[in-house]
Amino acid sequence: MNNLDRRDRQLLNLMQNEFPLTTQPYLDIARQLDISEEEVLNRIQAMKQNGIIRRTGAILDSKKMGFYSTLCACRVQEEQIDKVAAIINAQKGVTHNYVRDHYYNIWFTLTAPSHDEAMKIIRDMQQAAPIKVLTMPAIKTYKIKVSLDMGDKDED
Amino acid sequence: MIRMKTNIDREIIKFIQGDIPVESHPFASLADRLNLSEEEIVEHIKDLQDEGVIRRFAAILRHYNAGFNVNAMVAWKVAVEDADRVGKIMAGFDEVSHCYLRDVPEEFGYNLFSMIHARSDEQIIALLRQLASRTGLSNYIIIKSVRELRKVSMEYV
Repeated sequence: MNNLDRRDRQLLNLMQNEFPLTTQPYLDIARQLDISEEEVLNRIQAMKQNGIIRRTGAILDSKKMGFYSTLCACRVQEEQIDKVAAIINAQKGVTHNYVRDHYYNIWFTLTAPSHDEAMKIIRDMQQAAPIKVLTMPAIKTYKIKVSLDMGDKDED
Repeated sequence: MIRMKTNIDREIIKFIQGDIPVESHPFASLADRLNLSEEEIVEHIKDLQDEGVIRRFAAILRHYNAGFNVNAMVAWKVAVEDADRVGKIMAGFDEVSHCYLRDVPEEFGYNLFSMIHARSDEQIIALLRQLASRTGLSNYIIIKSVRELRKVSMEYV
């Protein structure tokens, strides 16, 4: 499926967990891995091209940015899923949306500049599509850290 | 609250909320545009991180392509006063990427959510068994994703 060698996996672990905030981060990564900066850049380009790396950048705290966010769920007739998904996805604050194996079969996240705006967006969705949206905002966050342990050995 | 005190903050956030360039000096173009040095840009970013506006600065992988092709959202029923204890235990597992206590409608009822990434169904099942025994919770449902309809990063500005 993917042909990541040991260096790629070390690179991914490093970039996920301790990306250096410096003017030349890739040079710093290169030094840590004892390879050239050019090799680091080439490997990253390749892993972006084959879809392993989605992006490199900041993960912002929506609350600290002053935004309201919530998980939403609704039940949609199987044959209507694509139509309803298009209506939901038309909102730019919808960042994740999945068909899931549950009575409520569409689950999405909505981030908006305020609670009121989020509720307005949901009202609009409910008018445009035959759905009732449940909202499930987080009250407490115990963990948000997506870091996939790629290992660093040749074999898993 | 909103950390958009200056136009500089805005421009920096706009730049780093997406994908920074894969080149030797990734912040040089931004620095140029804002009439700042690269060092000043980096200091600004670090300030935003210290203030918690930036939760992490990192590479984000497509977990499916990275070999973690099973992900499960697991929702647990927990007494609100017991949630902190349970949340802390779950947060300690590497395979758990997200864990939240949510305000849920009664008709749904499962209020503690954990997102799990693994390489196989077997791994998920084994992990759930561990989570259940470590937390003492037995009432949960696995809400597996069937199809991705959208996955993007939020554009704040």
